[in-house]
Amino acid sequence: MDSVYRALADIVGEDYVSEQTEELFTYSKDLGTSEPRWPEYVAAPKTADEVSRIVEMANEQKLAVVPLGGGMSLAGLALALRGGITLDLKRMDQILELNEQGRYMVVEAGVSHGKVTSYLHKNAPHLMHSEPGAPPAATIGGNLAIHGQGDLAHPYGFNSDMINGLEVVLPTGEICRMGSCALGNQWYTLRPLPDLSLFMGWSGCTGIITKVSLRLFPCKKIQEQDVFVVENENLVPEILFKLTHVGMAEDLVVVSQEIPPPFNRLHYILINLAGDSREELEFKRQLIFDQNLAKYIQEGTGGIGAAGQDIERPVVSKTSDWRKGGGFEYVGAIVPVGFYPEGFRLGVEISARHEIPYTVLGRVVGCGHSMMFSWTYAFNRADNDTVSHARQALHETDERVLEMGGTLWKPAVFGQKLVMDRMDANTREMMKKVKTLLDPNGIMNPGNWEVA
Amino acid sequence: MLQLDFDEKKCLACETRDCLTRCQYMDLDAEAAGTEIQNLINGTDTRVLHDCRTCYACEEYCPMANHPFYLIVSRQEELGIAPLPEPIVKQGIQMGIAFRGDPEIHEVNGPVLNMGVFSPLIRLAQGKLFEGLTLISTDSRKMHHYFCQLMYLHFARTSVIKDRLPKVMATIAAHKPTEVVHFHDECYGTYTSFAPAWGMDVPFSSIHLFEHLYNRLTELRDEIKPLNYKVAYQRPCSSRLSSDKHRFVDKIFDLIGVEHVRRQYRDEDALCCGSTILAQKTPDSRRFCLNQQKKNIEDMKESGAELCIFNCPACMQTIGKQVAENGIMPIWMSDLCRMAIGEQPA
Repeated sequence: MDSVYRALADIVGEDYVSEQTEELFTYSKDLGTSEPRWPEYVAAPKTADEVSRIVEMANEQKLAVVPLGGGMSLAGLALALRGGITLDLKRMDQILELNEQGRYMVVEAGVSHGKVTSYLHKNAPHLMHSEPGAPPAATIGGNLAIHGQGDLAHPYGFNSDMINGLEVVLPTGEICRMGSCALGNQWYTLRPLPDLSLFMGWSGCTGIITKVSLRLFPCKKIQEQDVFVVENENLVPEILFKLTHVGMAEDLVVVSQEIPPPFNRLHYILINLAGDSREELEFKRQLIFDQNLAKYIQEGTGGIGAAGQDIERPVVSKTSDWRKGGGFEYVGAIVPVGFYPEGFRLGVEISARHEIPYTVLGRVVGCGHSMMFSWTYAFNRADNDTVSHARQALHETDERVLEMGGTLWKPAVFGQKLVMDRMDANTREMMKKVKTLLDPNGIMNPGNWEVA
Repeated sequence: MLQLDFDEKKCLACETRDCLTRCQYMDLDAEAAGTEIQNLINGTDTRVLHDCRTCYACEEYCPMANHPFYLIVSRQEELGIAPLPEPIVKQGIQMGIAFRGDPEIHEVNGPVLNMGVFSPLIRLAQGKLFEGLTLISTDSRKMHHYFCQLMYLHFARTSVIKDRLPKVMATIAAHKPTEVVHFHDECYGTYTSFAPAWGMDVPFSSIHLFEHLYNRLTELRDEIKPLNYKVAYQRPCSSRLSSDKHRFVDKIFDLIGVEHVRRQYRDEDALCCGSTILAQKTPDSRRFCLNQQKKNIEDMKESGAELCIFNCPACMQTIGKQVAENGIMPIWMSDLCRMAIGEQPA
């Protein structure tokens, strides 16, 4: 038995470590188009202290450490590109504190979004958190590590804007806290201490998030979705501007896809509304439809496609597997809302060239300050040609997005390199300094964001 | 070239002009109606083309069986006066496109129940009331091959219906049914009203679901235990095309021991569920729709209805939730009938 395995077993217990092929296989791939990459070990720690001890050991051994939440990024961000240890954090799934009046909860980072939603339903139904479009198994920590967005993005921004504090195991093993929790046991705010937000958006390259204080928001009694449909993509930005001005929606998503046919070449603006009474909802609908969008309805350029539909969370991922059993991966970009028409046309063009039915989606983030725009490319997992087509389409999209002034969200290694090639040299140098300072042995998720 | 079976002489000779004077959404006296009808016949613009809520009721009100509603929507299409915004029209038309291959056709040589485009509601077609019927259009991926397309009347696109309907009829006929019971009023209306009105040959005979239910309940009369509910019936627009079958509603209710409550918006005076009005271009359509729905549901409440009976999935989807929120249980006609013979609703 080798010494690394023995050391891991001593830390997490025999039941929670493996070097067996059949178990490593599970961790060797994700759901996207990335080629399989095998870790040498997988360990599932239960506490931040165990994570810390593993990282210290890995530093001594110069072994890579890859933190894994739900593994839902699709972009291969939790694959062991340089072997080493995959740290499966899903045993760290405890809800530690709920502060209703302060509207926050403290959770371990491996807790799933589904569990948080379920817990709030049961224990604080008047509160909610921003749930990403991913399946419920996506974890809180993993989502923050990629700057995810959720169904409260329009009023409140990125999910990583919605935290009051973090606990992180640094790449050298120290356990470190950010925000008011650094001063004691209170997790009520991240500000106004010196900003040390070096851990979100790095895909685990600068440390391992182990605890989070999540901001919670009012959960109204009635939550419904309305749909506004337009054919001319050029109208989408101005309609979104009007909708964000009214400020009544909790989530604003625009979808267009070739299949099924009703979506083809039409743009479905999904407007999530919430209210504690029917009167509150109707007031919001009057402002939205009867005042701000009436012009389009009467001109005949836009129309109410549906009103008062029930909302199923998460919304986005339910629409992704239209092939039932097939595969899909997407390029996500953070772009200005005005990018939508061009982004739509880009998706149609690239998809057609690769013979993939087009699917695009835009979610307004932060009152229209930006939009997450995605181009999804479907493939058949059992057909390598279709996987290859999708991968080519993804790479082409990465390049075109950057040429068009977009910013790639949670890019795979290919996209990361494109980003760093175009990045301001001083900024790239600072990234390098940060990375070197925090992770002198380069053990944290190596192969991703390789500036050093 | 398909021609509408419309006789302008009948229209011009009509004294009541019920088609327009009885319209629940336009306020026209007989004289004004006459002027507008003349414009319709001439193919010139008329307020009727702009104000029509496409509720189908004029088709029932016409004492001459002269198809005023089919004429109105044809003129709307000819003159480019669509009641709905273009993206909604396009969405609707694309909804009916079959895109996942052809259905498997099995010859039945017996009676069938045509689910049309409502395969996901197949749970409603079970139990003793449906024994002896072979279900067709059971695969939701292929259901659009059975979609009667009549919905496009609401979009002023009779051309789409006329183009697609022959293929749909051929698909149903390929099952070699001896007779076809239609799950939805709209399908029944398509094959017994719209198609003949446009001179289309229908290669099978059609039975209205309510007639079938009534006949089966009669056969199972001994098993019926009166339900003793007070019920309201949400009459769908498409039943205006088969008004001779509307009598089966009360016949069924009498048979299963429920009271069809007396109320203002009942039978010929029924109000539309609003699904087609909500998105119309006419200013304030959305609020107009809400007011109609409110009037309808208040009327149900005031009449003391305990249940609201639906037969149209669009109606159920549009106001079922509101009905429930107002303390009246929404329930499908087939489920109500099943309850009467001791079966559990789906």
